Amino acid sequence: MSSAPAAVNEPRTSAAQTVMRTFRDRPVVPLLVLLGILALAFIGLNPRTNITEWVASTLRAAIPLAILAGCQTIVMLTGGIDLSVAATASMSAFVAASLLEQQGLAVAIIVPLVIAVIIGVINGIGSGVFRVHPLIMTLGMGLVVFGASNAWQLLTVKTSSGVPPEIRQIGSATVLGFVPVSLVVFVPLALIIVIGLRRTGYGRLLYAIGDNPIAARLSGARSWQVLVVLYAISAVLAAIAGYLISGFTNVASVTLADSYLLPSVAAAVIGGTSIFGGRGGYTGTIVGALILTVATSLLFSLGFPEAVRQILFGLLIVLVAAGYARVTGET
Amino acid sequence: MTAAAQPVTSGSPDAMEAAGRAVRRNTWILGLLVFLVALLVFTKLIQPNYGPTGIQGLAVSAAALVLAAVAQAIVVISGGIDLSIGAMIAFTNVVAAAAMLKADDQTGVAIAIGVLLLGLLIGAVNGALIVVTRVADIIVTLAMSFVWAGCALLVLSVPGGQADTWLTSLASGSVLTEWLPKPAVLVLLVIAIIWIPLRRSRLGLSLYAIGSNQLAAFRSGVSVGRTKIISYALAGLFSALAGLAVTANTGIGTPLPGGYTLTSVAAVVLGGVSLAGGRGGVVGPIIAVMILSLIRTDMTFLNLNSNLATVTQGVILIVVVMFGSLAALRRRRA
Repeated sequence: MSSAPAAVNEPRTSAAQTVMRTFRDRPVVPLLVLLGILALAFIGLNPRTNITEWVASTLRAAIPLAILAGCQTIVMLTGGIDLSVAATASMSAFVAASLLEQQGLAVAIIVPLVIAVIIGVINGIGSGVFRVHPLIMTLGMGLVVFGASNAWQLLTVKTSSGVPPEIRQIGSATVLGFVPVSLVVFVPLALIIVIGLRRTGYGRLLYAIGDNPIAARLSGARSWQVLVVLYAISAVLAAIAGYLISGFTNVASVTLADSYLLPSVAAAVIGGTSIFGGRGGYTGTIVGALILTVATSLLFSLGFPEAVRQILFGLLIVLVAAGYARVTGET
Repeated sequence: MTAAAQPVTSGSPDAMEAAGRAVRRNTWILGLLVFLVALLVFTKLIQPNYGPTGIQGLAVSAAALVLAAVAQAIVVISGGIDLSIGAMIAFTNVVAAAAMLKADDQTGVAIAIGVLLLGLLIGAVNGALIVVTRVADIIVTLAMSFVWAGCALLVLSVPGGQADTWLTSLASGSVLTEWLPKPAVLVLLVIAIIWIPLRRSRLGLSLYAIGSNQLAAFRSGVSVGRTKIISYALAGLFSALAGLAVTANTGIGTPLPGGYTLTSVAAVVLGGVSLAGGRGGVVGPIIAVMILSLIRTDMTFLNLNSNLATVTQGVILIVVVMFGSLAALRRRRA
């Protein structure tokens, strides 16, 4: 930001700078090292853990977070943020549970996805066409979705029951004893996002718009169309994450995913995606979500009370983000 | 817009022009005021016995939120955003309630002052971290919201504590006439005492300067880092005031952050403060909070599901901001 003195930096090539450059270009490497350290610490401190089981439970907990963080990643690449993902995820889980009995599984799954697309399109129109700041647009939309699902809850008089058994299977069951079923949902999604961002024109457009919106417009990108599609994708991903969370916890309530909102932003940031747009990727985000999950269970196993866990969690985010700022030299 | 004020009429053209200029400069706030008055009239229509008690209730429910909105406004004006306001309110709230549990009135006053200093300190920590780490404001304050919420849980793990009687007595009653609730007068007085001298000082100008163009401010000799830390410290101070207001209102300390953070952002934007920084004041956000609170009250009067109030708040936020940015787009084109 006010980096007037930083501009004088001469390009020098020392060993330290080569290391720094590797870290900047491949943030996944140091992140994996950090993840390894955290995992080793956990296993070292709890020698009696059944490792396969622990890995499976960590993955099950991390996958919904990784998907929600994926929403933040793709949106943050364009310089935006999506604060409506938590409300959308809770909505999808709750609406699915409430529709299951009368309408059957197919309708219960599809209706929330359709609602999610509508939410996303409105988000996209607001921030793309009307140029409302994405923070405000998605914050307002989150309020609308949360209030509407609450009203729907009162209408159907259903608090939290009837997570569809199929969804419960996907969220919490394992195959072959240790592979969580949610991986089956997650791996294709993750591949689509990673390859989509790296190899497709649409993915490059996201980086272009985030990096320099005016240059992107002058070179022919219709940024509003890109954004409408982008926020719709984000909302659909959030809805899928909502299913997984409700399957994982066997609860469907309108506040189900609220506690995931801030960690989802944190995971994307730890993963190396810049909140100002134009830099980042999904692989880092996945590792970021894993780091947050492992760190949580590590702090939990050390017997820290909730209070201390939250404090250390917050400090971890600041530390990692500060490390990035130092390495990349930007804010 | 500009043409209307140009023709010079008889009488005192200067005064006319000045008035016209004042109206033009404060269109947004005037619009909000008109909306608030219309909303009050509407409230009176749907609930004919809406009177002093209703106003009293409005003041009590809005007091903490007004202070939170002012805290957010100061940070946003200086080009940042503070997502830890709700957590700071929870932290100061439980510290006040826990410390006042077995304290007499004298110590109670000392505790209140100590809580305000604590607010200044934790706000300054936020600001210092932003300046030192050079990480985006939104990330640092997001992370620090976990830290302050954790600190609140350290102090009290379950709702508890107690507020002194002098403090709770501030949250009820009225001044002069029954139409002037004491909490409203107090909150506005506190804001005026801190904000008006600040706004007119060199520091106030620096806040606007770093918000509108950091580099330009830096080159004209403003110490950007120091000003930024001060703006976050002020936000901490106002959050602590909001925390005291919550303590006074509820009589206990609750370690969980309420919805203050996001509502304060909404109020600030509705109040005409640009998220880009450097523009707006605290009057708009204050009126915006009253509008948002009154809408909630009206929904209960209309026997509507109170969750629809959340929907309405969201819709108003989106529509108003859309309208604002459309107007800005048209102005740029014209």
